[in-house]
Amino acid sequence: MKINDLLSQTSEWLKSTGPNSDIVISSRIRLARNLDKIPFPHWSNKKQNEQVFEIVKEASERLDYLKNTTLFKLADLDSIDKQFLIERHLMSYEHAQKADQKAVVIDDREIVSIMINEEDHIRMQVMQSGLNLFEVWNIINAIDDGFAKELNFAFLEDWGFLTACPTNTGTGMRGSVMLHLPALVMTRQINRVLSAISKLSFTARGLYGEGTQAAGNFFQISNQVSLGHSEEELIESINGLIRQIIEQEDQSREALLSHSKSMLEDRISRSFALIHSAHIISSQETLELLSMVRLGCDLGMIKDIDRKTINELFIITQPAHLQKIENKKLSAQERDIKRAELIRNKLKNDN
Amino acid sequence: MLCDICNKNPATVHLTEIIDDQMTELHLCEECARGKSMQMEQQFGLSDLLAGLAEFEKPAQQKEAVALKCANCGLTYADFKKIGRLGCSDCYSAFKRYLGPLLKRIHGSHMHLGKSPLKATATKAPKKKIDLTTLRYELQRAIEREAFEEAARIRDQIRELEKKQLQNSPDAKE
Repeated sequence: MKINDLLSQTSEWLKSTGPNSDIVISSRIRLARNLDKIPFPHWSNKKQNEQVFEIVKEASERLDYLKNTTLFKLADLDSIDKQFLIERHLMSYEHAQKADQKAVVIDDREIVSIMINEEDHIRMQVMQSGLNLFEVWNIINAIDDGFAKELNFAFLEDWGFLTACPTNTGTGMRGSVMLHLPALVMTRQINRVLSAISKLSFTARGLYGEGTQAAGNFFQISNQVSLGHSEEELIESINGLIRQIIEQEDQSREALLSHSKSMLEDRISRSFALIHSAHIISSQETLELLSMVRLGCDLGMIKDIDRKTINELFIITQPAHLQKIENKKLSAQERDIKRAELIRNKLKNDN
Repeated sequence: MLCDICNKNPATVHLTEIIDDQMTELHLCEECARGKSMQMEQQFGLSDLLAGLAEFEKPAQQKEAVALKCANCGLTYADFKKIGRLGCSDCYSAFKRYLGPLLKRIHGSHMHLGKSPLKATATKAPKKKIDLTTLRYELQRAIEREAFEEAARIRDQIRELEKKQLQNSPDAKE
């Protein structure tokens, strides 16, 4: 598989096929693992980085679960490729910095990705569409067991898996669910929900993880605590929380429909018209308009476009995707023009 | 005005940074600003927070801890306080006294209850929950099927498990 092969396919997590995929975009679990004794990537030297890279690469080649995967060395990727993988949620922003002996292993369907030499020696991640944490856990648990047979993981009976940052110690697990919550934002209930989330020691972040703002009404909710509970317990608690948020979003949608239907219809159809006819559009505006179109689709107000197409548009209108599609570097202004063109074409073809 | 970082796109985000009492203004485009804000989050937020959490009750304790050094990777406790990251797996043992309370403050617990990698290595056979109830049930089934060899094997397993449980029970220690 080459990076460009990904361009022509829809990532599994964007397919909108999973449970509750009207409100829940995707479920993801990552596990942080390190090799015993070898310094963590921020504290290691070049030779040690190389050693980790070789050990993990060989182990992943032996795992049955990782048969249909490809390893990319970050040093071989240009900046657009790296940004492209970040946009597809296949690696973190941090991983794209300083390429030394870093790599990412990606499976053909973009369900599994394994970062080598990120903040920890291994950061594995499994992602699926909709609210599907338990299935995601089964997959990643099996991959982790496979690695555990091959590698000598840093682990203490009392404290669990040892990670570079003590905030990940224990299970090394973070489960994240990406939600689309336009009605909670429109009814101004979202801050109440977010503050409740943080009180329960979960975090809410934007579309692209740590440090990003919530754009287009997307929120990523994840557990903060990784020690003192089993993986299943942690997943259970995220799952329970997400179910409550879904219920709140549903209630807000109903409230909007009963009290402000005309306002809602107006916003949705204006957004749909605008995205259909724009010739210059920024990524921020695209996110906002697509969010409204998606809501219209969920509520049955917009019928001639499906959620999968909208999900795809969220990703292919991102800067690196646009430049990959055009196969050249584009300035911000050029991108805004190409983005509008791409959206118009996509909507035309799908109708 | 063009972006200070890439010098290509128009600057739309204006940032004031204070480093060592020096105020600098940065004018950035949307994209570079996004990168910058993530960078700042990583630089400040977490390690500051961790350092705060790791404060000690007595200054003497602090002195003693700061001098601690991991024999495997050379990271000192002072380094850890500065960067908020440990150096290697052995740091956990080297700083054990101080990390315990820190982990408790971060996670509300310092007892791992999740999976263990050792189990995955030890039981290569398909995982089956072995408990007395299951074994007794299987014994019954084996006897019903007149599979006496299997029944004998299961009986031995039950005896062994019973013996283990007896040893582990609090009464046995007295």
